[in-house]
Amino acid sequence: MTMATLPAASAAPGTPVRDQAGHQLPRPLGGDVPRPVGTRTADDRIALAGCAVGSGALTWIAYDRLLPFSGFTGFLLCWYVVFLVLYTVVSALSQPRPLVIDRLVTAVVHGGAVVVFLAVLSTIFYTFAEGRHALIHLNFYSQTMDGVTPTAPLTQGGISNAIVGTLIEISIAVSVSLPLGIGTAVFITEVGGRFARAVRTVVEAMTALPDILAGLFIYTTLIVDLGVQNSGFAAAVALSVMMLPIIARSAEVVLRVVPGGLREASLALGATRWQTVWRVVLPTARAGLATALILGVARGIGETAPVLLTSGASTFFNLDPFHEPMNSLPLFIFTAKQSGETNFIDRGWGAASVLLGLVLVLFVTARTLARSRPGRS
Amino acid sequence: MSTATAGPTAPQRQDTPRPLDRGLQPSDKVFHGIARLVGAVVLLITGSIGLFLGLQLIPTLHAYGLHFFTQVNWLPDTNQVGVAAAIVGTFEVAAVAITVSVPLALMTAIYISEYAPRVLKGPLVSLIDLMAAIPSIIYGLWGFFLFQPYVATITRWISTYLSWFPPFSVDTDTHAPVVPLASRYWGSTTIAGLVVAMMVVPMACAVMRGVFAQAPPGEREGALALGATRWGVIRSVVLPFGRGGIIGGTMLGLGRALGETIAVLLIVSPVFDINIHVLETGSITVAALIAARFGESTPQQLSALLAAGFVLFAITLVVNLVAATFITRSRSGAATEI
Repeated sequence: MTMATLPAASAAPGTPVRDQAGHQLPRPLGGDVPRPVGTRTADDRIALAGCAVGSGALTWIAYDRLLPFSGFTGFLLCWYVVFLVLYTVVSALSQPRPLVIDRLVTAVVHGGAVVVFLAVLSTIFYTFAEGRHALIHLNFYSQTMDGVTPTAPLTQGGISNAIVGTLIEISIAVSVSLPLGIGTAVFITEVGGRFARAVRTVVEAMTALPDILAGLFIYTTLIVDLGVQNSGFAAAVALSVMMLPIIARSAEVVLRVVPGGLREASLALGATRWQTVWRVVLPTARAGLATALILGVARGIGETAPVLLTSGASTFFNLDPFHEPMNSLPLFIFTAKQSGETNFIDRGWGAASVLLGLVLVLFVTARTLARSRPGRS
Repeated sequence: MSTATAGPTAPQRQDTPRPLDRGLQPSDKVFHGIARLVGAVVLLITGSIGLFLGLQLIPTLHAYGLHFFTQVNWLPDTNQVGVAAAIVGTFEVAAVAITVSVPLALMTAIYISEYAPRVLKGPLVSLIDLMAAIPSIIYGLWGFFLFQPYVATITRWISTYLSWFPPFSVDTDTHAPVVPLASRYWGSTTIAGLVVAMMVVPMACAVMRGVFAQAPPGEREGALALGATRWGVIRSVVLPFGRGGIIGGTMLGLGRALGETIAVLLIVSPVFDINIHVLETGSITVAALIAARFGESTPQQLSALLAAGFVLFAITLVVNLVAATFITRSRSGAATEI
């Protein structure tokens, strides 16, 4: 991309005959000046801005004044389509065909990317914007919904039990799925053999397991067949069943890219295989493993479907994962939305903001860890 | 090493490799044993889910016969239990999600790998990864409260002017002075599919971007040197190179779309009917069916739900295995060898 003597190529608009530039051989004294590939000419900019304004005006007249349409969303869509048409026509007046296609594709690709980025940013901002009604009340963090009616004002009740429940459930789930997941990854990459390949195939296949089925499996076996109560423990088991393949798979990917030379060097120095794994492979991959774990936790903490089937919703404070139902943030949000009460929905948005905040913190931690150099603590 | 000592004193002797003891140390035997045990436990846990779900097909088929697959209704009280509507609904939602999300994911991946300024690339990749980490229930809320009212006006427009195409028709008077948007257009397959698309985009985009980023720079520069425009480079180098990734990412997204539960459950109005009018209110998917009906079920119905779950699992499993084949077979896989 940074070649010095590229002939007239992508962005040489304004020169109708593009092959001419190829004859301008390097001048011996002035030296080669790299042709800037990514910059825009004045023609590019004027065509773009002119088309944007022109299509906006055209759409306004046609859409708002002449045709029986209304609505902001429709206006934006029509503007974009009219813009694409106008931009193509204007480009075709002065540019050769490949450049017209190039401009059109550029506009389409930018449009698609902007839609995606706007969608994700709007999700984040809308959640916090809607959640602010509940978030500004301190009792929202310290109280429970015990004895508070769904229609009660936001100055009463809160989600402390759901926050605590989520943390307890995810801690149990991590303490089950982390050793098993990383152990499996070590087994697959460091021990190997036919059995390891079978395990790998099955684990890979189980990452396809829809989250609801993890919940249904635990609901049927633990709660219906074995008679365990609806409890935080059952929810944690369901979560760990769901997270186990995800953590195992991503940990395996991390371990696989540890350079083989490090292993061989360690073995050549006389270390046993166990010492190699414990002193060389795992420390080298520490940052990657942490990222895999944290992303697995971020995935598990927001899962609603397994929790919905196994934990049971409670309004009271419960620290015991083995008895009595235990509420969690996703479940609280779900109940709030299904209730249809304005105040309760506001609480649901508040809980969604807290949940999203947790996920954001986990995510940023994972990113920071991943960026730090491997092998250093 | 033994060649060093094989000097003139012993010219006749053949070099023989020094025998290495390939047996394991006792500590390593323990290590291997424990690792094998962990592997076996994980295999047992994960494998038993598939087996367990599969075994539930037997009593269900025994009770409802093959009608289980063709029956539309889910009325356990009158012994009419079938997954036909739910399976069709699952595929409709997934089809809408894939139709919308794959072009968007492709454009986003191309934008990040080809167009984005260098300083923006890292943050944008993080943003897409973050999009994958946002819980699905938050997408469900967002879709229900923010997205749905806007989209319903567009689906209404489509149903008004394109209703000659059967899936786009809606059973209502589209020219009535007051169109009941909320009752006829909310909770439709399309809206559920669009929200699921939000979850598919980051998965598909991450795979596609990863493959595009590995397109060989030599070929890119070659194309530029031959006078290709930026689109020319994408069309002749990046897209052919990333074909496996595009297909694999799409299939991976499809697997996610088929299994999505809570966002669909929050949005659709459950209707047990094969409803091909994707813009009209009412739909059901297998996952939403399970989440909605598990609590009120007898053992027989529970095993029917489990059997429905197995059908879902079998579909997603096949889709994901196909995706994995495409992703590993694409040329990009060669780069991970170190």
